Amino acid sequence: MTSGYAIVAVLVVALGTILVGTYGLRVSRTTSDFYVASRTVSPWWNASAIGGEYLSAASFVGIAGLIFAYGPDMLWFPVGYTAGYLVLLTMVAAPLRRSGAYTLPDFAEARFRSRVVRAVASILALAIGWLYLLPQLEGAGLTLNTVTGAPDWVGALIVTLVVTVNVMSGGMRSITFVQAFQYWLKLTAITVPIVFLIVVWQVHGAESMTKPEFPTFRQDTKVAFSHQTTIHAEQSIFIKGSGEIDGLRIEDAGLVLTNGYHRIGQGSEFTFPQGGAVPHVSTMDHNTNATWALPESSGQKFPLYGVYSLIIATFLGTMGLPHVIVRFYTNPNGTAARRTTLIVLGLLSVFYLMPPLYGALGRLYTPELLMTGQTDAVVLVLPTRMIDGIGGQLLGALVAGGAFAAFLSTSSGLVVSLAGVLSQDVLRLGGVRGFRISTVLAGVVPLAMTFVSTGMPVADMVGLAFAVAASSLCPLLMLGIWSTRITTVGAIAGMLAGGVPALTAGLVTMFSDADDSWYEVLLSRPAAWTVPLGFAVMYVVSLLTPRHVPPGVQRAMVKLHAPENLGLDGSGPSSADERS
Amino acid sequence: MQDFLTAAAILIVGGAAVLVLWRGTRNKQSLSTEAQRVTYETLHTAWSAAPPLRAGLVPDAAKKSARHLRTLLDTPALALTDETEVVAWEGVSEHHAAEAMTQAEDVFLTGRTQAFDIGCTEPNCPINCAVVAPLTVEGRVVGTLAAYSREASAGLVRATNQVARWAAGQLELAELDRSRTRLVEAEVRALRAQISPHFIYNSLSAIASYVRTNPERARTLLLDFADFTRYSFRRHGDFTTLAEELRSIDQYLALERARFGERLKVTLQVAPEVLPVTVPFLCLQPLVENAVRHGMEGKVEPGHIQIYANDGGAEAQITIEDDGIGMDPDKLRRTLAGQVDESAGIGLGNIDERLRRVYGDEYGLVVETACGLGTKITVRVPKYHAGINGM
Repeated sequence: MTSGYAIVAVLVVALGTILVGTYGLRVSRTTSDFYVASRTVSPWWNASAIGGEYLSAASFVGIAGLIFAYGPDMLWFPVGYTAGYLVLLTMVAAPLRRSGAYTLPDFAEARFRSRVVRAVASILALAIGWLYLLPQLEGAGLTLNTVTGAPDWVGALIVTLVVTVNVMSGGMRSITFVQAFQYWLKLTAITVPIVFLIVVWQVHGAESMTKPEFPTFRQDTKVAFSHQTTIHAEQSIFIKGSGEIDGLRIEDAGLVLTNGYHRIGQGSEFTFPQGGAVPHVSTMDHNTNATWALPESSGQKFPLYGVYSLIIATFLGTMGLPHVIVRFYTNPNGTAARRTTLIVLGLLSVFYLMPPLYGALGRLYTPELLMTGQTDAVVLVLPTRMIDGIGGQLLGALVAGGAFAAFLSTSSGLVVSLAGVLSQDVLRLGGVRGFRISTVLAGVVPLAMTFVSTGMPVADMVGLAFAVAASSLCPLLMLGIWSTRITTVGAIAGMLAGGVPALTAGLVTMFSDADDSWYEVLLSRPAAWTVPLGFAVMYVVSLLTPRHVPPGVQRAMVKLHAPENLGLDGSGPSSADERS
Repeated sequence: MQDFLTAAAILIVGGAAVLVLWRGTRNKQSLSTEAQRVTYETLHTAWSAAPPLRAGLVPDAAKKSARHLRTLLDTPALALTDETEVVAWEGVSEHHAAEAMTQAEDVFLTGRTQAFDIGCTEPNCPINCAVVAPLTVEGRVVGTLAAYSREASAGLVRATNQVARWAAGQLELAELDRSRTRLVEAEVRALRAQISPHFIYNSLSAIASYVRTNPERARTLLLDFADFTRYSFRRHGDFTTLAEELRSIDQYLALERARFGERLKVTLQVAPEVLPVTVPFLCLQPLVENAVRHGMEGKVEPGHIQIYANDGGAEAQITIEDDGIGMDPDKLRRTLAGQVDESAGIGLGNIDERLRRVYGDEYGLVVETACGLGTKITVRVPKYHAGINGM
């Protein structure tokens, strides 16, 4: 699906990001009214910025891909990503803003008055950030591969370069406005095409997604295999073309793929006939359309456990993501932090209406992705597939541009946060130079990781980052804010007891090939056991070490929970001043 | 298992042996004569009593030091009093504590060490008399030290007298500490809120010139003036937010523009992300005042002031730049080192010192300047600092 327009769109987004970053949305005023008078960013701006930074590769391409492949179980991803903000809103947002902490390590130090707790939180934040950056880069590679045919690493490299250079040159200065703009760009890029696609689907007769037994090719479809792929055919199908099948070389000839497994060599190109049932890539269970449309029947083991684990990870993981917390600092006070979160909920909900539609339409129009395994590409391929001519090309370009915006904005936010953690807590290099070195490091490490990971679905990888955050930093925040009994020893033990197993499970699933063992789901969806473990260890160890309760815990609680305008907070700035 | 136990036993025995040998040789080598040993023990006890005394005559600390002081005097009981009550009683027979103040009264009157005979009716009480010595700080008796014993020997009186003098010395140091802290606070308070008299005069004249021609503007300016002075004169809190500080700067610039008119050009560019950052109170406004003064001094053509507040990851960067006459770098260096008076820059040295004291030496002012080439001052403030934002 090489498309000139799409390449232009990706380039425009990349260059635009650099230009906006360098020249900034420099709202300078010779007479100084605007910023000082309004004093802070309004919740709407801030909420858009949070949305812009939060809607990552997983949201833009990943969710649609998973729903396309596995069906309604995967709807828990968008639900969870959004509901995570609800938990953040009710339990954490306002106290966190009142604490004056700028990052999670700051909060750890402020609440527990311990450098060690801070160090552990820093390392975990770093691990979560990198785990989250990895799928962004993979998504970028996939997008560029889909629209230009370039190798996977090119997209990852471009995103890393753009983001690193931009952040290093101090380009993310007006980051709030850039990110706010990105949200609306992404919303447009995903909404406009789907409106057209639904109209086209209606025109085609609003075909049911579950009517044929298996997804079928709508027309003769030519499929290129860029990797060696093992596929599974449920019904025998006649194919034509050149390439290698099961070690047999054929040149421009026809062949019947019988029911069963077949290995297709790299570089093969075959045409599949109209009406034929689509074979599946062997790592994906071969479902009928009927089982696809039902929950808990996508063929994964222990589907109920998987769903609950996903719910726990996403509901509780949002608050532990390093780039989410930073945005709350821009709120002037706890009330504004709450209002911002409320608006974010609305903005995210609107956005998440769209990806499932792409996934569902993909069953009808781009079923061959089930065979190549590139399910994440469904959002990118659909517009050009469903609408012929320049219209489809333009819509496809819009989607590709939006996807790239998603990779760039989320990665920028993450790299800025990670560079902050690195320069402050790991390298201990202050100033501009330290920040620049840290930025390079923050970008290069995940880039290196993309070369060894096994290409699991983007949203699944993000799910793992959420699981680690939910098992380690979430207990720290929740218990740190809501319990006076947590001790420094307990905090450290809890973070490690939850975070280390989750991280290990995540790395194992990411860097080793998926296998069929019964415990596979425990590793790929670890949250259901690691989160309770983290909470339990933190609380129990705290009860066992009552002498290590940090000093001044009652004062800390007052600062976290008392509304600012009571003036109870003696040390911090008083915004009420003496005007009363 | 057997092997493991044997190994553990050998390790423990060996460790104990090494420890005993080490302690033994150390004592023998370092304290060879009796006089040295006595000196060591006396000074060590005195040294242990010193830190609590430095906190003054308050019950908790006095109790700790009284324990060591009693060891020094080797008496059954010892008491410390301040001017009104017994703050610490160390040792046996605490029932005598009630009458300690009556003896202390006498010592407060005379200011000299006295011995009292206090007969005790209880059979096992080892206390028969008290030696009470005054604790004299800067010529004033602030408390007493009372040593209780079976009999008041001349030796006990002399020893008590010496110990009391030594303790009074420590209390004097405590007083010194406190006044030094007070001095620093007073200095900060005095320097942080200095509005130049010229500024008040100039502002009021500028406002006066508008009263007839443009009453509305005059009113706005007066309100700015009121807000600005209220902010600058405020007494509470050493910290404020960047937003508050910038608002004060805004008011200040409005007043200066009223005076200079079109000649004063100001560019203000603020990243909204840094507005909630906590900064030391009045750490920027004097810099802006300095920039206005240097930027407009001895010039007919317009002066340009640029103020930027940028988001720099974990810190906020504020730059204040003017295109005026600049400063002599050597003179500036001396000002920042605190040598010359404030002629080279209004409060530059003070702001520099306050920033360093709060955030550490790497967060001092950075000034780029040369004669005739303008001045650029950069302030960096960490967004989060344990000492300020911490709970």
